[in-house]
Amino acid sequence: MPARAYDDVVLAAPVTIPYVRYSIRGAHWFLGRAMAGLIAAARIPKARIDGLAVASFTLAPDTAVGLTQHLGLTLRWLDDVRMGGASGIVSIRRAARAVQSGDAEIVACIAGDTNRTDSFRRNTASFSQFSQDAVYPYGSGGPNASFALLTAYYMRKHGARPEDFGKLCVAQRNNALKNPMALFKKPLTLDEYLNARLVADPLRLFDCVMPCAGAEGFLVMRRATAEKLGLRFARLLGAIECHNAFPDDPIQDRGGWALDRNALYEQAGVGPRDMDFVETYDDYPVINVLQFEGLGFCGDGEGAAFIHANTFEVAGTFPANTSGGQLSVGQAGAAGGHLGIVEAIRQLTGQTLGARVPKAQHGLVSGFGMINYDRGICSGAAVLAAA
Amino acid sequence: MGQPAKRPKRKNPLLRTRLPTLPPGARSRVALGLTAAAARGRLELQVCLDCGAVQYPPREVCSACLSHRLAWRPQDGRGELIAETTLRSAQELFFRERLPWRVGIVRLDTGVNVIAFVHEKVGVAPCRVRVEAALDRATQAVLVAVPDQGRTAMSDDPKLREMTCDPRSRKILVTDGKSVVGQAVARALSAAGADLIWIGEAEPWKKMPGFEALCALPQAVTIPLDVTDSRSVRELAGEIGGKVDIVVNTADCHRTFTIASRRGVETAQLEMEVNYFGLLRLAQEFAPVLRARAADGAANAIAWVNVLSIFALANYPPHGTYSASKAAALSLSQALRAELRPAGVRVINLFPGPIDDDWDQLELPPKLSPTAVARAVVEALKGSVEDVYPGDVAQDWLARHLENPKALERELGGKAL
Repeated sequence: MPARAYDDVVLAAPVTIPYVRYSIRGAHWFLGRAMAGLIAAARIPKARIDGLAVASFTLAPDTAVGLTQHLGLTLRWLDDVRMGGASGIVSIRRAARAVQSGDAEIVACIAGDTNRTDSFRRNTASFSQFSQDAVYPYGSGGPNASFALLTAYYMRKHGARPEDFGKLCVAQRNNALKNPMALFKKPLTLDEYLNARLVADPLRLFDCVMPCAGAEGFLVMRRATAEKLGLRFARLLGAIECHNAFPDDPIQDRGGWALDRNALYEQAGVGPRDMDFVETYDDYPVINVLQFEGLGFCGDGEGAAFIHANTFEVAGTFPANTSGGQLSVGQAGAAGGHLGIVEAIRQLTGQTLGARVPKAQHGLVSGFGMINYDRGICSGAAVLAAA
Repeated sequence: MGQPAKRPKRKNPLLRTRLPTLPPGARSRVALGLTAAAARGRLELQVCLDCGAVQYPPREVCSACLSHRLAWRPQDGRGELIAETTLRSAQELFFRERLPWRVGIVRLDTGVNVIAFVHEKVGVAPCRVRVEAALDRATQAVLVAVPDQGRTAMSDDPKLREMTCDPRSRKILVTDGKSVVGQAVARALSAAGADLIWIGEAEPWKKMPGFEALCALPQAVTIPLDVTDSRSVRELAGEIGGKVDIVVNTADCHRTFTIASRRGVETAQLEMEVNYFGLLRLAQEFAPVLRARAADGAANAIAWVNVLSIFALANYPPHGTYSASKAAALSLSQALRAELRPAGVRVINLFPGPIDDDWDQLELPPKLSPTAVARAVVEALKGSVEDVYPGDVAQDWLARHLENPKALERELGGKAL
């Protein structure tokens, strides 16, 4: 049975709290500022927000519950979405159903993390039971090591080369140079990419996302609510999520997108060719490629040829990660999964910080998260449209 | 052999002695099943008793059929290295100080993926490998992929060598070099390439056969050591403590008798003086300095070996008081292990069955020759284990003990082995 349509659910009020490499503040500071940014952007009192979906890695010992009291919110609907880079898409799906059913009227979806000098190591060391028992003791390489293995396998199996991934990274940097929020301000050349120091073979420095502190947020509501508030909005046409897809694959070279992409496009009423831009989850370039393939922009294993045939700048043939993506903006913890959504709302509502894809009508956002052991478990995607 | 460890260079006294760091030691309780097997040199993974599916990483419930009946079972570890990387940055100091590290994913033939260290002798992925369990410097189990064919010593890879306590080029104290076992151990360590062997000699007026020839070994230095005398132990530690890399405690007092066969406790006290208090005196004087030198370059303090007895596991009434003294030593060795673990100094316990010496004369064969005990000491140091049960009798007792300790107690109380 196909999932129920999202009818008139919309996303509005894209908010980014400026990223910093390290911060002495707590996660509450970044999440609180995102919340303040949302009510300022929507020009509504705090009390109008009656639903909250929170994603954060560094909120402990608090959960979304603690944040409720910390921020003085009274809510009818609350969710703590701890799915890393898939949290954004999953938050959209849950919030959409909440406003559709009337359980909540305006849901704030926020994600953010602080980054102390030692936070990343601590988070990695105790990321999951499997990771603590069976990954971290093997060199404590963190996500670099996990993605190095996936990248090495993909390259060998499909004949992809470093310059293929490099082309994506360079394009994202070009996009980031127009985004004042991006932490990376210097242009990146393919030569610099190819000659950067090795971090975990075959990954080099510019393949690896840089952890930082920051937050992202947006509001989910019904179209009528947005119109009454006079907000610019993007419509939610379809969304999918999947967890632990293809568990029998010896190593991950596809995510859950392949399982449900037909359902996604059916629900959305548009297909991959209709997308004016895509925002993929990009902590490492190989995962972009798995999303291009999984979401039907090219065939399985054809990622390298697809990269070769396209340009990914905002003005390119296939605008991707138009704000620069995490690779060139920074990875503010769990906000990494919201970054693409916030950018997509900006593109579709004409509120971009950097360059705008001309006449963008449809955008696709996808998320990926949680290397629990040897592969990323959570994946999701959403199709958004301009009003 | 690949690259044999060369004799370490002399230390520069101007440089600070490095402090020990350890690989991450946190494990869930269920994951300690891997460590329990690795401590005995075995690779065991959980197998579902209902559907037969092999599991990894360790877990509480079968991922195939959700049965909670998972049991640790030996594995041959064969599989394919399907992806690998060389880590050139690390978040933990231990790894950072030793970069780079070769790490890969092995798809075992049983259908599960393991992340493992990759031995430098392994070819480029994809290729066939065999996965072994080893103990890292935090004495937690880790998996190591070695070439599929032939025997590959862990210590052939300079990085993985740190998971062993290879006696080559080491300075080693053998606490009692006079007993037949002590003599055999010293000879075996000499043959294994030890740099220097201090041979403890209590009661120098007693001339034991073979001892003089032993002292003629090029690496041998005899030193006075009576483990029943606190002053003797303290003086020796003051003299050589700062140089010892490995302590092998062979001091042993074995006077066979049952509770009823002798009046008084003096003989039993002597057994305790050597076997238990002797270990305690050695531990008090030598453990702190071993800890301090645990990261002292390539010539660091690295291991402590106790020659216990299989009688430590369960009391063997014909050797009742001796069993008790070895059980006490086993218990103390666990405390010593806990105190040396933070420095990465490994405590290895040997549990030999009856030895072919004068004190086990009335035990029936099979019995262990002293050279077999010595060989087990060297192999334990060259390998990556914590508990060693050399010989058929020890293996038999261990199997009975693991299956049903109460049954073993009854069987031992009934009659002979």
